[in-house]
Amino acid sequence: MSPIIELEGLNVEFGHGRRRTTAVAGVSLALSAGECLALVGESGSGKSVTARTLVGLTAPGAAVRAERFLVEGRDAAAFGEREWRRVRGRTVGLVLQDALSALDPLRRVGAEVGEPLLAHRVLPKAEVPGRVEELLRDVGVPEPAGRARQYPHQLSGGLRQRALIASALAAGPRVLVADEPTTALDVTVQAQVLDLLGELKAKGTALLLISHDLAVVARLADRIAVMKDGRIVESGPAERVLGAPEHPYTRVLLAAAPDPDRPAAEAAPADPGTGRLLTARGLVKRYRTPDGGLREAVADVSFGLAPGETLGIVGESGSGKSTTAQLVMGMLAPDAGEVLLDGRPWSALPERLRRPARSAVQLVHQDPLASFDPRFTVRRILAEALAVAGVARGAARRERAVELLAQVGLGEQHLERRPHGLSGGQRQRVAIARALATGPRLLVCDEPVSALDVSVQAQVLELLARLRAELGLAMLFISHDLAVVRQVSDRVLVMKDGRAVEYGPAERVFRAPEHPYTRQLLAAVPRLPARSAA
Amino acid sequence: MTSSVAPAPGAPSEPAPGPAARTVRSAGGRAARLRPGALLAALVLAVAVLACAWPGLLAPADPTAADPVAALTPPGAEHWLGTDQLGRDVYARVVHGARYSLLIGLGATALSVLAGLLVGLPAALSGRIGDQVAMRAVDVLLALPELLLALLVIAVVGPGTGNALLAIAIAATPGFARLVRGQAMVVRGSEYVRAATALGVPRTAVVLRHVLPNTLGPLTVPATLAVGTAVVSGAALSFLGLGPKAPAPEWGAMLSQGRDFLSTAWWIAVFPGAAITAVVVAITVLGRQLHRCLEGRTP
Repeated sequence: MSPIIELEGLNVEFGHGRRRTTAVAGVSLALSAGECLALVGESGSGKSVTARTLVGLTAPGAAVRAERFLVEGRDAAAFGEREWRRVRGRTVGLVLQDALSALDPLRRVGAEVGEPLLAHRVLPKAEVPGRVEELLRDVGVPEPAGRARQYPHQLSGGLRQRALIASALAAGPRVLVADEPTTALDVTVQAQVLDLLGELKAKGTALLLISHDLAVVARLADRIAVMKDGRIVESGPAERVLGAPEHPYTRVLLAAAPDPDRPAAEAAPADPGTGRLLTARGLVKRYRTPDGGLREAVADVSFGLAPGETLGIVGESGSGKSTTAQLVMGMLAPDAGEVLLDGRPWSALPERLRRPARSAVQLVHQDPLASFDPRFTVRRILAEALAVAGVARGAARRERAVELLAQVGLGEQHLERRPHGLSGGQRQRVAIARALATGPRLLVCDEPVSALDVSVQAQVLELLARLRAELGLAMLFISHDLAVVRQVSDRVLVMKDGRAVEYGPAERVFRAPEHPYTRQLLAAVPRLPARSAA
Repeated sequence: MTSSVAPAPGAPSEPAPGPAARTVRSAGGRAARLRPGALLAALVLAVAVLACAWPGLLAPADPTAADPVAALTPPGAEHWLGTDQLGRDVYARVVHGARYSLLIGLGATALSVLAGLLVGLPAALSGRIGDQVAMRAVDVLLALPELLLALLVIAVVGPGTGNALLAIAIAATPGFARLVRGQAMVVRGSEYVRAATALGVPRTAVVLRHVLPNTLGPLTVPATLAVGTAVVSGAALSFLGLGPKAPAPEWGAMLSQGRDFLSTAWWIAVFPGAAITAVVVAITVLGRQLHRCLEGRTP
C-alpha cells in the first residue's frame, strides 16, 4: 500500500538575512492508512511547523523547501492556494491544541462542524444538519442535536475538543494531523480523546499525532519520530523507541518524564499533617455565577502542614485548587473557615497586619512571565523582594541577589537580563529565587512546572526538592499532574468540584486509593509501556 | 499550554539545497518598517520645534512690526509669504506663531494627561462607589463635544493664551481619565501586581512602582495623537478671538484676520492654515508610527 503522504527533506526557514532561523531541517516522513506516526519533541523543536506544512499552512513569510512532497501521489510542492483548499479537510484534516480559539466564537458548533461538508460539496445542503449530528455522536458528544445549536464557549473543554475533531473529520479525510490534541485537557478527558483517536485509527484513518508527552503518544503510536532543533534525531517502531532508545536525547526525554508509579524517595518529617506550620480549617469560598446563583469554588476543605512537609493538591481544572492556594496566600478571604499560620490567625487578619508576616509564605506561579513587571530586569525583580526582606540598598543587595541566583542555578550574568529574553525554565528559576528572597518557611507552588518542557520540568522539580532539603521549606504543591505530585509530596489532597475527596499520606493515596474518583484519575494517567510492564 | 523557549533552536547549519529541492509556495508576509511618510513628518516637526525654540534663526524679521507702505504685498523675494493688511511679514508671523500652537498643544495635553491620572487612577484603585462617582462625572463631560466644553471653560475664566490652554486641557481630561482607569484596572488585576502584594510590598509602593508606570506606557500613543487635536482646538479658539491677544502671531488668529482678504490677499490665511495642517498631520503620522513600533510591546 502506498503512503498517503510522503515527505522527504523538508526545510522550513523563517526571516531574512542575519535573522534567518531554520525551524525544520531535513525532515522526512511517510504516512499510510490505518497507522499512527507520532512526532515528539519539546517546544521549538519544529514539530508544529512540520504539521502545518502538511496542510499548506506554514506561517506567512516562511521559506519552505522539500525534495519530495507527495499528497495522494500528487506533487504538493506545486500546489497553489486553490489546490491546498481542496486538500484541507478533504484529504488531510487538522486538529489543533486550543479548541476554544480554533472554533469561531460567533458561530454555533453545528455550523462549524458542517463547514467542511459545504466547502467541499460533500453533501447537499439539506442533509448537512443530519450528518453533523451523526459526526458529533461518532466522536462521543452526548445529545448531539442540542450541542450543535450551542456556541463553543458553552461546551466544556473535552466536548469542544471533540467538536473540533468532528469538524476535522467531517469531509472524511484520509489523514488526521493532531497537534497536541490533549495538552489543554484534564487527564480523564484526555483518556477519552485518545480512545477516540484510537478508534479512528482502527477504522483506517492515518494519524499524525504531535505531542511533547511520550506517555500520551505511547498509547497510540505505531511509529515514533523524536524531533530536536528542527531535526528528527531518532525514529522507529514505538516499542523500540520507548523500550530501547538509541539517541541520547530520547533517553533524556524518557528519563525526565515523571513516573506516576514511582514513590517519592525522601522520608516524611516526623509530624506530618499536624499543622504546626499552617492549618486550614473548613475553608469555603463562593462565587456568584453570571445567572445569579452561587457556586462553591472551595467547599469545606481542611488540611495541615508541618515545617518541612510537602502537601500535594491534585485535581482537574475547576476543582478549586488554585482558589485554595489564594486562600492560603491570604489573597482571598474565605467565606467560612480559617487559615492559621503558626497557630495564629492568618486569613482573618486585615491586610495591614498580615503584610509584615507575608515573607513567611511565598508563591511560585504557573506563568512566571506574567508575574514579573514587564519593565523590570531580573536585578530589579529580586531587588523588590530583597527590599521587603530588609536587605539594605547597594552592594549588600546585589550580593544577596547573586547568591539567590546561584541557589537556583543561575549566574550573575542573568542579573541585567529581562524575563522576555530568558527561557521558560530560567524564568521559573527567577520566580523561585524571588520567592526565596524573603526567607519563607512555606512555598505555595501553583502548577509551577506545567508550562515547562519535560526535561526542564525535571530540572525545576529537582531544584525544588534540593531547596526543600537545604532550607527545610514546607511546600503546598498544586498540580493537575499526578505523576509530578507523587514525586514531590509527603501527603496528598485530591480535590473535585471544590471538595476534598481524599486526603492522606502520598504513598497510601497512590497505592491504595479509597475514593472512586482518585482511582479514576490514577487509571487515566498515561503511562510509558516499559514502566507499566515493570 | 506550552511556553516558548526563547533562544533560536540551536540554528543548525543550513543544508545545501539538493538538486531536486523545490520551493513550496506559502503566503507572503510583510514586515512593518519605517515609512517615508514618517520621515517627512519627523522633518516637519523638527522644523516646527526649531521655529518654536529659536524663531529668530529661521525668520529674523519682527513678526509684529507693521509697515503700512508694504501692506498686502503678494509673496515675493522680499516677503517670501507676502504681508498682511498692516504690512507685517506673513513668513515671520507663521514662524513665530509655531510657539503658541505647540505650547498650547503640548501644554494642554500634558495637563490633561496629568488630570486624567489624578481622576482615573484613584477611580480604578478605589472601591465601587468611588469608581462609580468618578466615572459618571466623566460620562457627563464626555457627552459634550471637546470644543464646546473648552468654550464653556473660556466663558467662565475668560480669553487669553493661558486660559485657552487650560480650557483645552480640561476638555481633553475626561477621555484620558477613562483611558487611565481602564488601563490601571488591567494592571491592578495583573499577576505581577498580585506577586508584589504576595511579597508584602506596601500598597503605595505597588501603585507607584507597578501600576503607575505600566498605566502610563500605553498612553504614549493616544497622548501623541491628542497633541494634534489640541493644536487644532487652540487654533479654533484663537480664530474665535478667545486665544492669545493681538498682535500675537497665533496661527488661528491669523486665519481669522486673513478671512476678510481671502479674495484679494489669499496668502494671509492660506500659509498659517497650511502650517496648522502640516503640524497636525505630522503629529498624527508620527503617532501612528509610534503605535506600530510599540504594538505588542506594551502590556
